[in-house]
Amino acid sequence: MQTFSYRSVSTVEEALAALASPTARALGGGTDLIPMVREGRRQADLVVDVKGIPELGRLEIDAQGNLTIGAAVALHRVYGHPEVARRWPGLVDAASLIGGTAVQGRATLGGNLCTASPAGDSIPALIVHGATLIVAGPAGRRSIPVAAFCIGPGRTVLGPGELLIAIQVPAPRPRSGAAYLRFIPRNEMDIAVASSGVALQLDAEGHIAAIDVALGAVGPTPIVVADAAALALGQAPSAEMAAKLGAAATAAARPIDDVRGTAAHRKRLVDVLTRRAFMAALHRIG
Amino acid sequence: MSTLAVTTTLNGETVTFLCEPHETLLTALRDRLMLTGTKEGCSNGNCGACNVILDGTLVNSCLVLAAEVDGHQITTIEGIAGPNGLHPLQTSFLENAALQCGICTPGFIVASKALLDKNPQPTEREVRHWLAGNLCRCTGYDKIVRAVLEAASAGATKE
Ligand SMILES: Cc1cc2nc3c(=O)[nH]c(=O)nc-3n(C[C@H](O)[C@H](O)[C@H](O)COP(=O)(O)OP(=O)(O)OC[C@H]3O[C@@H](n4cnc5c(N)ncnc54)[C@H](O)[C@@H]3O)c2cc1C
Ligand code: FES
Ligand code: FES
Repeated sequence: MQTFSYRSVSTVEEALAALASPTARALGGGTDLIPMVREGRRQADLVVDVKGIPELGRLEIDAQGNLTIGAAVALHRVYGHPEVARRWPGLVDAASLIGGTAVQGRATLGGNLCTASPAGDSIPALIVHGATLIVAGPAGRRSIPVAAFCIGPGRTVLGPGELLIAIQVPAPRPRSGAAYLRFIPRNEMDIAVASSGVALQLDAEGHIAAIDVALGAVGPTPIVVADAAALALGQAPSAEMAAKLGAAATAAARPIDDVRGTAAHRKRLVDVLTRRAFMAALHRIG
Repeated sequence: MSTLAVTTTLNGETVTFLCEPHETLLTALRDRLMLTGTKEGCSNGNCGACNVILDGTLVNSCLVLAAEVDGHQITTIEGIAGPNGLHPLQTSFLENAALQCGICTPGFIVASKALLDKNPQPTEREVRHWLAGNLCRCTGYDKIVRAVLEAASAGATKE
């Protein structure tokens, strides 16, 4: 392991002061950062532990039903929260897929987002739930729609010295449902070969009033299936609609061949996963 | 890179130790505190041999910096047996021959303890799901799962 200094901070101001150094890195659960630093895939002279900042440890649903998850909240707290599990099922699907129990005891959504892996499981789920990220930096605070956060493998729009504070997830709309599914060769503990998240809302007549589809591991960043709305809005959900959405997912995917799978396999997978996630999201309405 | 003093509650006792800022909890436990029951398999979060319980939550000690546990509570495999002898999980692992070489065993027992603390009567499916982060190269897992289920039902009949 390379050597570095360690500092635990308890306020955002302290964190920003420490992160002003270009060789400083924020530490959430450490499940990405610690192995990366050990293996020399990341440089760090100073590791700034942000878990002691109360705002980053919040997990709250406000009076309007919106959810705020501090960037340093461990995944087991997210899926272990009964109200969160009931209202944001797509997010909970993703949070309970990341690693195994011991990884989930530490890993955070903030770390999953900032690692910006093309296969990061929380990101497509947060996209379809319409999440917004709150970021603090030397120039103050700003908010970023999660769909605009990742710009390449391991790259985000975070500027130097910026800290992710929280993830805000809007209250689920009436008559809505969501699901996130991935394919891995074993049942647990692997990185997605491909994944798909779907969130949808029905109107009072049972027609699709809103739909969002986002894919993981089939491009340099998570991919939003922009055609989904045109294919589905105003119509009654059906198996044919699921098939059309699957085809749109295949068309939107930009996969590569790598150790986990071929591009052709991944295109086929996002078709199947999108159809299944659509049906699962539909079944969850009610 | 100055050496840090870390104070923690380790298996119920307050302990202060020195460590380097980049040292993992796994290294500190094994090489500084001589608690070598916690094993190193992969050092990247994949095998679970290094599992410990940190403030009631199961974690991989290879993915925690020793400096991070200042002011926190840790239970290692050395803290699982009670004053009157082995923990029911330990007895059940022995009775079910749920180990061969034994390197994965401390991790499995610590992980299983964390499961039973949360869910005293897990189903087989729940046990397998919970233990998915623990690898065993020898047993084929069935005996481990049986040992955990048996310890759980033994715990239930005691109450
Ligand atoms: C065995 C194993 C299995 C895994 N399986 C999966 C999986 O199935 N799916 C998946 O998506 N991932 C997986 N991961 C990767 C990892 O666990 C997740 O990406 C996790 O969510 C990272 O969160 P963390 O809190 O541990 O991040 P950390 O390691 O603490 O940080 C990750 C990165 O984000 C930065 N960072 C952290 N917090 C902030 C912040 N608040 N502001 C700015 N930057 C920040 C850090 O500087 C670092 O660069 C796995 C990892 C392991 C070890
Ligand atoms: S040594 Fe920590 S998970 Fe393998
Ligand atoms: S008994 Fe040998 S690895 Fe499990």
